[in-house]
Amino acid sequence: MGRTIKSLGLAVALASAMTGMALAQSTEVRIGVALEPPLLDPTAGAAEAIDIVVYQNIFEGLTRIDQNGEVQPGLAREWTISEDQLTYTFKLQEGVTFHDGSAFDADDVKFTFERILAPDSVNAHQEFFTPITSLTVIDPLTVEMKLDHVVGRFLFDLGRGDAVIVAAESADNNANEPIGTGPFAFLQWDKGSRVVLEAYEPYWGEPVHLSKATYVFIGDTATMTNALLAGDIDGTNNFATEALGVFEGNPQFNILVGTTEGETILSTNNRKPPFDNLKVRQAMAHALDRQEVIDGATYGYGTPIGAPFAPHNPYYVDLTGTYPHDVEKAKALLAEAGFPEGFSATLKLPPVAYATLSGQIIASQFAEVGIKLELINMEFAQWLDEVYTNHDFDLTIISHVEPFDIGNYANPDYYFGYDNPEFQALVTELNGTTDEARRKELAIQAQTILAEDAVNGYLFELAQTGVWNAKLSGMWQNSPIEGLVLRDIRWAE
Amino acid sequence: MRRVLAHPSLVIGLAGTLLFAVIGLLSMVWTPYPIEQIVVARRFLPPSPEHWLGTDNLGRDMASLVMAGTYTSFLVAAIAVAIGAGIGVPLGLAAAAWGGAVEWLVLRLSDFVFAFPAIVVAILITALIGPGAVNAIVAIGIFNIPVFARVARGGALSIATLDFVAAGRLAGLGNAAIAYRHLLPNIMSLIIVQGTIQLSLGILSEAGLSYVGLGTQPPETSLGLMLRDAQGVFLIHPWLTLVPGLCIVLIVIALNIAGDGLRDAIDPRLRQGETHVAS
Repeated sequence: MGRTIKSLGLAVALASAMTGMALAQSTEVRIGVALEPPLLDPTAGAAEAIDIVVYQNIFEGLTRIDQNGEVQPGLAREWTISEDQLTYTFKLQEGVTFHDGSAFDADDVKFTFERILAPDSVNAHQEFFTPITSLTVIDPLTVEMKLDHVVGRFLFDLGRGDAVIVAAESADNNANEPIGTGPFAFLQWDKGSRVVLEAYEPYWGEPVHLSKATYVFIGDTATMTNALLAGDIDGTNNFATEALGVFEGNPQFNILVGTTEGETILSTNNRKPPFDNLKVRQAMAHALDRQEVIDGATYGYGTPIGAPFAPHNPYYVDLTGTYPHDVEKAKALLAEAGFPEGFSATLKLPPVAYATLSGQIIASQFAEVGIKLELINMEFAQWLDEVYTNHDFDLTIISHVEPFDIGNYANPDYYFGYDNPEFQALVTELNGTTDEARRKELAIQAQTILAEDAVNGYLFELAQTGVWNAKLSGMWQNSPIEGLVLRDIRWAE
Repeated sequence: MRRVLAHPSLVIGLAGTLLFAVIGLLSMVWTPYPIEQIVVARRFLPPSPEHWLGTDNLGRDMASLVMAGTYTSFLVAAIAVAIGAGIGVPLGLAAAAWGGAVEWLVLRLSDFVFAFPAIVVAILITALIGPGAVNAIVAIGIFNIPVFARVARGGALSIATLDFVAAGRLAGLGNAAIAYRHLLPNIMSLIIVQGTIQLSLGILSEAGLSYVGLGTQPPETSLGLMLRDAQGVFLIHPWLTLVPGLCIVLIVIALNIAGDGLRDAIDPRLRQGETHVAS
């Protein structure tokens, strides 16, 4: 027996030495991600999983967001903004081609935005671009956009996955065979298993270091752990914090802990009784013990939030004390709202660890004040369909990962259905303001309204906890926008 | 009774089964801590006098969870056996008593249901009405029907040719009365043995369904669900998977030993008749 173990150990050591050698010269990377995208067109879906695969890899926009959240030139090499901030003129990059070989020019830009603004558009965030009143092609490399009002973050919005440039010939097929202008071209998608990208040789910009990148979809933490340990994947951008301890102190792995734009919330269907009652929502806010949720669901890696706003944003204001954890207060508010015995509701949970764990903890906390939650675990596609699209839910837990997304609360048709004209006016004013001090003031007002209205249960800002092979570098530590940008990733020599 | 005691494996098996059944039933009235009580501050505690089996990733008491999980497992498996026997045995008896077209129909239906493993039935049911313990019961129950139908038919056929059945028929009893008065009492021991075996298979199926997320849903618990919850931290806290895993193994072994022992203990003539059916 002893000998068997020894020779087995030898074989394992030999095998790992050999793979180690092979990897040292490799230009391929295999990345594990938890959720498989429902489709691969970032202009046709709200799922972060789409951007993780395609954003800045397959598709590019006029601008791009760098890892510090700053706006950089993308397909637009430079731009000028008129005095009144209503006219943007973009000079486009020369020599850009789509992956099918067709050339990129100003007509593609015009097509892209007309497609976003079309009445039958399926874009998840049409509202960012509705201020555009006209798109003019001045010459093949110059586009002019006119806005009907000033939009403070217009250049940032152009850098989002929702605004990547697509070609008229291929746009309809992008859901399954994405064709963009990025440094990586789509190679194949084995549904349920993986998506393979390969470097696009004629890429116009800086050549990338990798020749091939494979996204492997692994929904289960134990499987992900084993895949990392066995070297089946080279890393993951977001590993379940519960098992992070496996890789701590292991010199073969590098743990990258950073921030994300993911405000994790107990999303509440504000259209539906009893959640349309402010007192009920306040009672739920008092019933929440945020710190326990953070400790239990993220193992301390989350940052508490009291409004749907990222703590690392300069406009952030700490509102976590608005409705402190107070069981008696919660019971009193429920009684005032006409539910002295509490009530029953469902909590639909998408298949991600932060949601399933938070769900159990919150169910236990709510039980103390008399709110009985039935937990319903669902597949992600089912969640998108039932909860996000059809608004068929009481409560759910999800992380909203888009940067600066309080605008969602100004959209009464958004899935949680918050309809407050005062807030909507505030957001319109905020979007139209460019003066920094005033913007900050308005953003703080907006956060305060959302906190006091207890629209949703605000839980925590998700941390990004990447686990990567120690020989890999160039991954983004923070995630200022949805995506997993491969551009700078490379193996150590 | 002497016959039972002559089979030590039967005694061990029954004792083990009874022990777990009592632990499970006890959870209905008492557990050391409420199972839905989550106290994150006390998670991952090792076994101690306060928490005999330690605490899990959400600070729930493992001993309480095991008790409640055992109860769920037994309950699901037992109801599924009741469904299987309740529908399968009459079908099997009907096939044996009437023969002909009835027999053909019962056998073909059995084949048809047999073609779907419990897990596939469970996925179908989940797609229709969502996951839950009730679905697990229905899925495993449906899977049990043909098993009992075949055992009942096999046992009844070997009895139907005996003289006392013919006597009953001469006395004017119809097929239904013969099946009920003469066939059923004589295959009862077979059914009990098969029930024991199906109970252990049911507990395994329940654990499997809960493990893949189609069975019991939190905040309820079952042994399979405990395994699922703990597998992500298996490398850091192996204890959390070991406890429910070992419980499943022990329950299934106890039931199987009890089933084998029962089979040996009952009439050897019947034993020959049913071995191929039960396999």
